[in-house]
Amino acid sequence: MAYFLQQLINGLTLGAVYGLIAIGYTMVYGIIGMINFAHGEIYMIGAFISFLAFLVLGALGLASVPLALFAVLLIAMAFTAVYGWAVERLAYRPLRGSFRLAPLISAIGMSIFLQNYVQLLQGARVKSLPPVVTGGFRIMEQGGFVVQMSWLQLMIIVLTVALMAGFSVVISATPLGRAQRACEQDMRMAQLSGIDVDRVVALTFVMGAALAAVAGLMVMLYYGVIDFFIGFLAGVKAFTAAVLGGIGSLPGAILGGLLIGLIEAFWSGYFASGYKDVSVFGVLILVLIFRPTGLLGRPEVEKV
Amino acid sequence: MGTRVAAALKDAALAGFVALVLAFPLVGFATNDEGGPSLAIHTRFTWVLLGGAGVFAARLVLTVLRALLPHLVKVGRSNSPARLAGPRRHGARLFGALLVAFAIALPFLPFSSRYLVDLGTTVLIYIMLGWGLNVVVGLAGLLDLGYVAFYAVGAYSFALIARWYGLGFWEALPLSGLLSASFGVLLGFPVLRLRGDYLAIVTLGFGEIVRIVLLNWTDVTGGPNGIAGVPRPTFFGLVLLPRAPNGGATFSQFFGLSFSPDQRIDFLYFVILALALVTNAFSLRLRRLPIGRAWEALREDEIACRALGIDPTRVKLSAFAIGAMLGGFAGAFFATRQGFISPESFTFQESATILAIVVLGGMGSQMGVVLAAILLVTFPEFGRAFAEFRMLLFGAAMVAIMVWRPRGLLAQRAPSVRLRAAAVAVEAT
Repeated sequence: MAYFLQQLINGLTLGAVYGLIAIGYTMVYGIIGMINFAHGEIYMIGAFISFLAFLVLGALGLASVPLALFAVLLIAMAFTAVYGWAVERLAYRPLRGSFRLAPLISAIGMSIFLQNYVQLLQGARVKSLPPVVTGGFRIMEQGGFVVQMSWLQLMIIVLTVALMAGFSVVISATPLGRAQRACEQDMRMAQLSGIDVDRVVALTFVMGAALAAVAGLMVMLYYGVIDFFIGFLAGVKAFTAAVLGGIGSLPGAILGGLLIGLIEAFWSGYFASGYKDVSVFGVLILVLIFRPTGLLGRPEVEKV
Repeated sequence: MGTRVAAALKDAALAGFVALVLAFPLVGFATNDEGGPSLAIHTRFTWVLLGGAGVFAARLVLTVLRALLPHLVKVGRSNSPARLAGPRRHGARLFGALLVAFAIALPFLPFSSRYLVDLGTTVLIYIMLGWGLNVVVGLAGLLDLGYVAFYAVGAYSFALIARWYGLGFWEALPLSGLLSASFGVLLGFPVLRLRGDYLAIVTLGFGEIVRIVLLNWTDVTGGPNGIAGVPRPTFFGLVLLPRAPNGGATFSQFFGLSFSPDQRIDFLYFVILALALVTNAFSLRLRRLPIGRAWEALREDEIACRALGIDPTRVKLSAFAIGAMLGGFAGAFFATRQGFISPESFTFQESATILAIVVLGGMGSQMGVVLAAILLVTFPEFGRAFAEFRMLLFGAAMVAIMVWRPRGLLAQRAPSVRLRAAAVAVEAT
């Protein structure tokens, strides 16, 4: 029971991170119907920018941990958002209206490019940061096994919930959110009623990238190590989360993220951890085959 | 005129500024990797400024070019069939024949070397993989991101068949192809009803699953250590070794030549050349058959195909199986050439490289695949600096090709077979 609870906590933490990345996939898919394959790379860039920001702030002599965390969060979100915007502008916008697979291939190219860009600039070695947020609290103890939750895990979960709440408000109650929902329903009609579609799409990428940067920061703090290759697996897993929850649905992305995190944590806790990535890919394939609309998604009608 | 210049300058300045912002964190700062896990940081602000200035200049040049030569730098949104069809190039056939003649003569040319022939072998493996993937992506329009799985299945099935049943390369080659094809059918059957981009992600998942299984199923695949001692191909039973293992004749003894390791390199080169030429003839033939025409029709419009009574699942499955079989052949050859295989050779990076070859060359174009494979494989050989930038340029080129020439360098989207009477009738109206 205690072991189960511990895996539950680990899984929820992991799932919160996947959920944050999954939002980026699901929003972009909802609006322009493409899989932003480079989104995992955006998350990786977010992690690298947070890492560098920590070091620079440390070198400048910023000693207070909460202040530094907050500053790094803002810096990472801002710069990563610019990356998200630039990717959309360069690789996707010129392709709107091109043939079906063109944006996907362009996205794969962008993903390869960004991976190697970071590798060339920052080196191929694993970067490690000493723990910034330490400590935690005990939840229970059973037969010598202590279940704990670290402050960092709590912070990740709380921050995810807060961002989700803020985000839902943006989508449901602001003019931008209304424009996004309009574009999602019918882009041409939205354009006819005076919505600047290019701007809405660009802002969607910006928002997705900012959330991915938060996820990058969290993972960097949680594991303490990053390298230029982390975006690939995290991206595929987050995409799986988006599909599992129902692509295009925001609550679905978080639900899917939590489920994927739990599946991964329990699989490595109870089965062979060498196959833990197979479990995620397996879920992806099964969901797509048997329930392509996901748990909370709407069925999609293909028009001629 | 003045306003246009001002607008161009403003636009370029904006692009340069964005480049500065982008470059500031990742280019401007870096950790000192040398000398242990120190967390010292150093700055490279000159690089940031150079990058910003470079983007400013490039953007300005692009705007000017776009104004002066509107047709050259036009963003490739046009889908008009008239432009896509184009006249059939007769020069292409002659060029192809010359290329084949050159490929056959390569080992005998005066400037040829062991290194060059070896490089040629690698290029040919990629050409073969590219042609295999071209059937799936270029003809049937199914984006397969896990093509390397079939390559791996071919390589491992040959290595395992050789180890367990003692079969040689030539006996095992059709078996590996068959195994890969059945694997393709097995994987393809449940997923081919999916939409294009979902299919791409699922195939990516399959590719990764195959690699992870190869890595973890140590009893059979040897895990990360791979399988060593894969047998070499023989020339009608004659081995290309200094001494025959079980008393038989070697190639050099039989023909009264003195043994040289170059003979094996040359032989391997001719084996893959023959395989590639057969593949080419096979796929060129195939696309003129009803099944090939169905692939092309499906690529253009699935709903129309359904309305015409073509069963999309079966047609897609056949493309998948044939692509997988060709990948399996290439895999078996890869195993026999290396003599050693491990899961490391079958990563997503490899799938992406093969896809890049098909995309850059022009989806559906056989000649495009050849040119792209030569370009991409020989490029890193020019030096270490090029090798480092190889994948970076791959990625950038994939984006640029999609933006400027979505059909690839040599676009081939004209149907392989067209109805002459109908075409004439259309022109007459």
